[in-house]
Amino acid sequence: MVTIVGLWCVAALLGIAGFGIVAGNWPQGSRLIYGATAATSTVALITAVLQLVGGVGAPPSIVLPLGLPWIGAHFRMDALSAFFLVVINLGGAAASLYGIGYGQHEREPQRVLPFFPAFLAGMNLVILADDAFSFLLSWEFMSLASWALVMAHHHERDNIRAGYVYIVMACFGTLALLLAFGLLAGPEGGYAFASIRAHQLSPPLAGFVLGLALLGAGSKAGLVPLHVWLPLAHPAAPSHVSALMSGVMTKVAVYGFIRIVFDLLGPAAWWWSFPILAIGSGTAVLGVLYALMETDLKRVLAYSTIENIGLIFVGLGLALAFRANSLPAASALALTAALFHAFNHALFKSALFFGAGAVLTATGERQMEGLGGLIHRMPTTSVVVLVACVAISALPPLNGFASEWLAFQAILLSPQLPLWGLKLLVPAVGALLALSAALAAACFVRVFGIVFLGRPRTQAAERAAEVDRWSLSAMVILAGLCILAGILPGFVIDAIAPVVQSLVGDRMPVQGGINWFSIVPVVESRSSYNGLLVFCFIAASASLAAYVIHRLASHALRRAPAWDCGFPQSSPATQYTASSFAQPIRRVFGGYAFQAQERVEMPPPGDLRPARIEVDLHDRAWELIYTPVTNAVSFAAERLNRLQFLTIRQYLSLVFFALVFLLLVLALWS
Amino acid sequence: MGNLAFDIAHLLAGGLVLVSLMLLYQDRLYALLNVFALQATVLAMSVAWQAWVQGAPHLYITAVIALVVKAIVIPVALHRIIARLGIHREIENVVSIGPTMLAGIGLVALSMVVMLKVTADADPLAREDLAFALSVVLLGLLMMVTRRNAVSQVVGFMSLENGLILAATGAKGMPLVVEISVAFSVLVAFIVIGIFLFRIRERFDTVDVHALDRFRGDQR
Repeated sequence: MVTIVGLWCVAALLGIAGFGIVAGNWPQGSRLIYGATAATSTVALITAVLQLVGGVGAPPSIVLPLGLPWIGAHFRMDALSAFFLVVINLGGAAASLYGIGYGQHEREPQRVLPFFPAFLAGMNLVILADDAFSFLLSWEFMSLASWALVMAHHHERDNIRAGYVYIVMACFGTLALLLAFGLLAGPEGGYAFASIRAHQLSPPLAGFVLGLALLGAGSKAGLVPLHVWLPLAHPAAPSHVSALMSGVMTKVAVYGFIRIVFDLLGPAAWWWSFPILAIGSGTAVLGVLYALMETDLKRVLAYSTIENIGLIFVGLGLALAFRANSLPAASALALTAALFHAFNHALFKSALFFGAGAVLTATGERQMEGLGGLIHRMPTTSVVVLVACVAISALPPLNGFASEWLAFQAILLSPQLPLWGLKLLVPAVGALLALSAALAAACFVRVFGIVFLGRPRTQAAERAAEVDRWSLSAMVILAGLCILAGILPGFVIDAIAPVVQSLVGDRMPVQGGINWFSIVPVVESRSSYNGLLVFCFIAASASLAAYVIHRLASHALRRAPAWDCGFPQSSPATQYTASSFAQPIRRVFGGYAFQAQERVEMPPPGDLRPARIEVDLHDRAWELIYTPVTNAVSFAAERLNRLQFLTIRQYLSLVFFALVFLLLVLALWS
Repeated sequence: MGNLAFDIAHLLAGGLVLVSLMLLYQDRLYALLNVFALQATVLAMSVAWQAWVQGAPHLYITAVIALVVKAIVIPVALHRIIARLGIHREIENVVSIGPTMLAGIGLVALSMVVMLKVTADADPLAREDLAFALSVVLLGLLMMVTRRNAVSQVVGFMSLENGLILAATGAKGMPLVVEISVAFSVLVAFIVIGIFLFRIRERFDTVDVHALDRFRGDQR
């Protein structure tokens, strides 16, 4: 039943996409389209929530007579699918709501309107698919639709490059997944997930599939070093699409990874968690370091997505480690933390991209160095972005803290692991996570401080005005959900429980009945957290402090030079800039991570030019991996190019010799 | 009776392979066409025998088509083309006869090994037939690869197609539509290639496809 509703929603979205081709030219067309997608996503969201919270087991698979004739297309909404459908459709509904207002500023709406609903439909289909063929088909459909959205503003040079890199990486990822599913299905070609589950792979092959899944899903999610496309492509799209790509599509990739590794691949070998933990923690730290170095607002957010994906994969790796060593309760805790963080990231990253879109609309500026002082001009946006920044920095009492706290609780359970390698690795991973959390806090202090505080650095920032109500309402809803999920994390954990139960065979203790909405990950004597209490305490102490200051501070009138503490001149250019904020961290980490080099260019005496400081940053992933690969590909292409210029007889001979060779193979080996 | 039917089918199919080998070493164009007509006649006989053995009257139509089109119409037409082009004296061979024949024998052996191995549990009549058919196809391809003259490439293509028809008729239950469409596609291909021959000739004063390569700026 729920699966059918989900499929109807997909069909409706595809219909809207078809309608979007026509509606692109109408004056009110974009409102109509976004309104329709918002309504459809809401229906799908409610269905998925009902299935997740009140679902009675997994519904049977629905087979539609589409796709390959002897396979058909299987669809199913089990607990895992339902959870990710909640994430997708929550993001989709919010982005549509935001788009109702934001879409008005689109110069070429016909380049966005058909693909936006198609993109949503593709993501929904990936989650609903219950056989490898429909999964890959929808995955590729999702990639292509998002590629079209990345290329929506194709007049800008950078966007063309972003689109190119994106499509190459997307094809690479799909290829890896294709091979993974081919191995999973085995020689009989049982492509339905049910028959894949029944089919057991030998350990080396299973390890190979794990690697392919890491490559395929990891390239879509943005694991370092497969992340290079992400900071190019996500910011290139219109902001509500960036929000979808960053907040939601990366979760689809996480879903693909969970589906393959936890569900289809069977029992885990002892070493599987090592690469995942190592790559995940490296991704977390490098992602946030990249984010700190960046000055383009949307690219900062994209890099921060990489960091959060690293965190989620660390959670998944921990869950795998605990599961392989038959500690289901700990595994459930780690998996809950990962899924909870995936949900949270969808919330606050969407809100942040909406905020960036609002700033872009109001000022036309994406560079942080050209912003500032927006808190007075865009009060609601700045409050929303502040909430999202606090959430993504994992500060209590918001949702980011709750999920990262759970992840650390899982890390603290690592002494129970029997393997020495893991006993040593997991605390190191924990340290890296702590580092990345601290750096993320610095990163978002920087974002909020430079963009919203201080004084405007350009005229555009000075003239900014608050955006329309639709966009604001979408942002406010997401910020509200961030606060709610942070204060009452127990409900989210209980909602995730059936997913975790189905994947690792155990769940976290029921949180619903605990007094005062505390959450208890393992046992109460060990640790517990009460978001509501922390919220009340922070609210009460802050109000009290404000009251005390206002009440008891001296009312005596003083006269002093304005802004004299560090600002004897009142030019906005004397403020802290985004680069100067990042400089200490660049000095500490930049040498290893980016080969950062600072050069001071001092003009000779008598020259009136200003002195300049220049910083060179290198993304080493490009230099160490992509450039050699590109060179190898173009070398091979040049060699193979000769095949284009053979004579007719040589072509015929090629065919002839290929045929004879294949027959020989058949004769000798069959 | 069953044994005799099998023996005769075997004889005719084997004859077809033999004639295909004969095609390989013809270096005069007229002789080539004559051998090709002989091949088509043997094919027609083989198909007719299959029709009688299988009790499938529609195969007689295939046999008649093979006889009329391939043994009479196409060779006569090619004769006229050659006469009009005035190339009946030309001798061309890329690879000399000895190695070609050796390669041909190797191909026949290969197709026997492959087919007999793959179709171990098939009907013996169809099995032998398929093995011979594959040899004829491979020999036709070999001829297309080793010849330079466009006319002999056409003949190689036709001989390849004869092998296909032998395979199609050897297997029981092949519908007539398929055979007719195959026959007609060959006819169309023949017409197209014939037109091309004249166009090539018009432009380059030769039907040696080598000229095409030279014209394209390739060395060799």
